Amino acid sequence: MQPRNMIALLLLALLAVLPLLTQAFDQRYLLSVGTRIVIWSIAAVSLNMILGYGGLVSFGHAAFFGIGGYAVGILSAEGIQNGWLQWPVALAASMLWAALVGALSLRTRGVYFIMITLAFAQLVYYLASGLEGYGGDDGLNISRSRFAGLLDLRDKATFYWLCFALLCGTLWFCGRLANSRFGTVLRGARANELRMTALGFPVFRYRLVACVIAGAFGGLAGILIANEGAYVSPAMMSWVKSGDLIVIVVLGGIGALFGPLYGAIVFFALEETLKPFLDLLHKGWGEYWQIVFGPLLVLIALHARGGMASLLRRRDG
Amino acid sequence: MEYLLIQMLNGVQLGLLMFLLAAGLTLTFGIMDLVNLAHGSLYMIGAYLAWTFITWTDSFLLGALLALPATFIVGVILEVVVVRRLYGRDHLDQVLATFGLILFFNDLVRMVWGPAGKSIAVPAFLSHTVQILPGVSYPAYRFALIVVGLLVALLLAWLVARTRLGMLIRAGASNRRMIAALGVNIELLFSLVFGLGAVFAGLAGLMTAPISSVKIGMGDDILILAFVIIVIGGIGSIKGAFVAAMVVGQIDIFGRAFLPELLKSFLSPASASAAAPAISQVLIYVLMAGVLVWRPTGLFGQRP
Repeated sequence: MQPRNMIALLLLALLAVLPLLTQAFDQRYLLSVGTRIVIWSIAAVSLNMILGYGGLVSFGHAAFFGIGGYAVGILSAEGIQNGWLQWPVALAASMLWAALVGALSLRTRGVYFIMITLAFAQLVYYLASGLEGYGGDDGLNISRSRFAGLLDLRDKATFYWLCFALLCGTLWFCGRLANSRFGTVLRGARANELRMTALGFPVFRYRLVACVIAGAFGGLAGILIANEGAYVSPAMMSWVKSGDLIVIVVLGGIGALFGPLYGAIVFFALEETLKPFLDLLHKGWGEYWQIVFGPLLVLIALHARGGMASLLRRRDG
Repeated sequence: MEYLLIQMLNGVQLGLLMFLLAAGLTLTFGIMDLVNLAHGSLYMIGAYLAWTFITWTDSFLLGALLALPATFIVGVILEVVVVRRLYGRDHLDQVLATFGLILFFNDLVRMVWGPAGKSIAVPAFLSHTVQILPGVSYPAYRFALIVVGLLVALLLAWLVARTRLGMLIRAGASNRRMIAALGVNIELLFSLVFGLGAVFAGLAGLMTAPISSVKIGMGDDILILAFVIIVIGGIGSIKGAFVAAMVVGQIDIFGRAFLPELLKSFLSPASASAAAPAISQVLIYVLMAGVLVWRPTGLFGQRP
């Protein structure tokens, strides 16, 4: 086994026992950070599929947080709390949205694609803030999905393990997909769309399917976010969240299977450590941590395109 | 009828403000092939600088006149320090770097000016109303916004179509490498264009301040609207940005002014007034989707 896969597996093993560790050291807050890392990793893995393998810079991925989350939230508000019903509906809604947005935005290229995906995400954002019956701008408190007799999502450790298991499933599925014929066509189209078309591949259809699959996993992350806080609001799909997801994917390494996981860990670790660190330097500076984080992103964009994954790879020689 | 006229004027005024923002964006994109998410930050900085100078000089005009060159300087510094390194890079790099710049500027402004919003008073000489038609009066400040906006739009059209700088800008938009090969100092040209875009953004920011407020992140939401405008108009096209800004301005005002009444006929008043702004926003995005399906490079964009 290659050493870089070893690192990823070690990391996954560590994440698998995280609830035991946080309990042993009585660090409950760390578990909630861990939960966020795992959920965002799922979304970032799905974004990596279209952005990394497909080369399509989608700036609207947070919309799936909202669609997955609001599907759960609205059903819950209407008295349907059965997870077996909620989750498939939420996934179907996400995939439907992905198909619609994909069909329209894949007609465009480059910057137009970036902006049209951003605009469609804003559209969902405004739709959600207009839903006065479901909280409007303020959002909606919901009760968590119920899987009677099987799982109790209110238990923090159980919920974490569920998210972790889903992350493993996502990684497995996307890993298989990336190495399949489908993934190869997708990467081929990123490298040279014209050539793939000339070879007879319907590039548009391949990309559309990739968008729909990515939408499903993005929606899954949305379902989990809604269940984590028992709360949905338009803020969960603000365009800044879409930017954060791109940051995570690039930070981890574009087009590397475990990249989004590394990226999410580094992203949240930076967020959690920069604040106390700056406060340590000078009291009150922690509030302005993005003054440091912003230029860091600029430096990453300019000098570290391969992200964490390429750092690990380089060390292997 | 009067109400309709006044609302249409509000739409024109909003459209002109967004045109100022979109013009800089479409110039930097058309010439430097740069996706600049941080353009909204320059809008915010223009407004904050104006607040500082207006408080300092105690005069709206003087403050505004000082804020514009200051925003130009901020823009040029930004271009030289960061943005210059992004030309010719992948769009993803540009998105990431300028996203980082937004985070930086938002916290920088919070550190310098504090978290609370600022307000700029409508200048005294424009706080009255003007009679635009017999019996129809309109706030003088908003009327001045329309006049200034139209003047700036004309100035820009003259600059691009009639001057040497404009000739270089147009040449740069159609073939950058060729004008560099012809001996044009392309670095200076790019700095100037970026600074010019910053001034337009700053002007939009400071002009909008008296009718809304100066706050952190004020540029972020309107930036996305500006993106929508340049996508509808066709990236790189000033004319397209103008047409699209006018249309989007009218839709937005229509949604705010008329939709609530329309919706009240079949919704409760509370949900009608909540849904109306959302629907008007949605209409703008539907328009964009429709235009892109019809013409994937926008109304006046160059065909691939």
